[in-house]
Amino acid sequence: MSGCSCGTNTTATKDMLIPMLGVVTNIKQQTPDVQTYRVEAPGGGVVFPHLPGQCAMVSVPGVGEAMFSITSSPTNTEYMEFSVKRCGMLTDYLHHMDAGQEVTVRGPYGNNFPVETELKGKDLLFIAGGIGLAPLRSVINYVRHNRKNYGTVDIVYGSRSAADLVYLDEIKNEWDGKDDVKVHLTIDREEDGWDGHVGFVPNYVKELAFPPTKTVLVCGPPIMIKFVLQALQEMGFAKTQVYTTLELRMKCGIGKCGRCNIGPKYVCRDGPVFRCDELDEIPDEY
Amino acid sequence: MKKISTEKLPLLYAALNGDRQLWIPVQDGDRVEFGLWREGAAVNLAGKTLKSGKDFFFPQNEDFVSFQKEGKKITITEKKRPTDEFVVFGMRGCDLAGLEVLDLVFLAEPKDSFYEARRGAGVIVTLACGTPDESCFCTAFGVNPAEPKGDVAAWLVGDTLYWKPTSDKGEKLTAELGSLLEDAGADGDKAVAEQQAAIADILKQLPNTELELPKVGDAEFDAWFESPNWAKMAESCLGCGTCTFVCPTCQCYDIQDRDTKDGIRRFRCWDSCMYSDFTLMAHGNIRNTQMQRFRQRFMHKLVYFPQNNDGKYSCVGCGRCVEKCPSSLNIVKVIKAMQAMEAMEGVGK
Repeated sequence: MSGCSCGTNTTATKDMLIPMLGVVTNIKQQTPDVQTYRVEAPGGGVVFPHLPGQCAMVSVPGVGEAMFSITSSPTNTEYMEFSVKRCGMLTDYLHHMDAGQEVTVRGPYGNNFPVETELKGKDLLFIAGGIGLAPLRSVINYVRHNRKNYGTVDIVYGSRSAADLVYLDEIKNEWDGKDDVKVHLTIDREEDGWDGHVGFVPNYVKELAFPPTKTVLVCGPPIMIKFVLQALQEMGFAKTQVYTTLELRMKCGIGKCGRCNIGPKYVCRDGPVFRCDELDEIPDEY
Repeated sequence: MKKISTEKLPLLYAALNGDRQLWIPVQDGDRVEFGLWREGAAVNLAGKTLKSGKDFFFPQNEDFVSFQKEGKKITITEKKRPTDEFVVFGMRGCDLAGLEVLDLVFLAEPKDSFYEARRGAGVIVTLACGTPDESCFCTAFGVNPAEPKGDVAAWLVGDTLYWKPTSDKGEKLTAELGSLLEDAGADGDKAVAEQQAAIADILKQLPNTELELPKVGDAEFDAWFESPNWAKMAESCLGCGTCTFVCPTCQCYDIQDRDTKDGIRRFRCWDSCMYSDFTLMAHGNIRNTQMQRFRQRFMHKLVYFPQNNDGKYSCVGCGRCVEKCPSSLNIVKVIKAMQAMEAMEGVGK
């Protein structure tokens, strides 16, 4: 992990299991079951610096603690953002809290998308489904901030319905058509008021017939990732050109509690970002 | 080398206890387990303890941070690292080898500061295994039960305990005991050497001490992972997790919060990869069957851990899983079944 900032905000005796304080300063309802939280350190600014793709453990003590990707870009030093889908005890609590609520945050955990090495100078293709855009948003905004360091940028993003598309304002007002960034939206089924593309993400990727010279970042539900990878291979992309993330149950975040172990890898420490040829080296347990 | 007669052991224990805690194998009903020493404690140094003593460095339950919540406000209070010196007397060579495995996990960066503090605070007096039993196979994992590591190595021969400091902490403890220990002289070396030879003789007669360890590289991996053996063996696994709890090298843990009168305490506690909810998450479970969980435990000990740690296995051959599994499953059976498979199929040849 190049430029790992583990420990920058800590003292010598600080343990990676001990969290820091964060304040939720803004809550945005993204979709019926996804909210985005702006979290700041008590004195303002980010709780700790991170790299695109890295995660953090967010907790409300007594309710639970879970790993979330940091969806804000590292170039944003004013605050961190987490986009959270309501699906369990902690996320349900978060969805019912009000701004001003304090939470605990620890991290950053894991590796990152190689924005300063392998991705530099490349034509980038982002493919996301549903809440899977959250980890990629960190990279997309990092790339937009350092636009001259990268080639073309295409974003294929789909969800079940138009109401389930996250960051729609940002996509329309800040991303699409600006700075040579193209966004290709799709939803699974036709619906009134939607005049965009209709169809599943993997099929749309094939229809768009991207040249297999691009470097691809894929994030979304496991079933979507599986079919997108198949589509990309049919289109002539090599596994070494494709990056994705894995998501497993995690407790410690530092490769010790054993929960996210697959083969010799710990997803919290060695992931969450994997190049697809690396996935061939671990058992298919994800 | 120093020595003390067994008659005077209570004096030794009292001195080791001093103003710290002394943990020592104590008879408790029909089991022997480390207990806090006190005057008149039923010390029993004859065999293996129920658990390995890993608890002293990686406790079964441990609060590490607490929180006060008031409205939307949270106050975080981290727990002081444990620095009070303590002595563990009577761990065996295998138990120490287990700690060395845990060191590779908890002292790898970023270090676990609670484990590190306990490792610093603990002084370990190991005892040579005078009577290794049928469940033992530590020698297969390179452990010498007759010459245990630790801060002090000790041998109980007849009515004498021989005592050899092997680290700075051990030297310091020995100096503190002063005239309680006598110089053992050449007789001590002779007595210890005789016991070591006797131990070596016993080991030769035990069924599993010459167990051949698997070397699973890329060529063998798929055959191992996909082996029908896992399903066959896991059929009788109850998923009780006993093997993981008595194992000196198992280190999986959970983190949970509990509400108390004094706020919310966050603790970590031993967990087990044999439990169905270990990997359960909102969108599903990557190991739904006991076969998958059983395979994970042994693949981790015999394949994944060595891949990450220069070939070192995450098993020390203490035999506790052999003794305690209610379904008579254990790592020896796994190794033998996989080797039989390799022999039959010529895997990797």
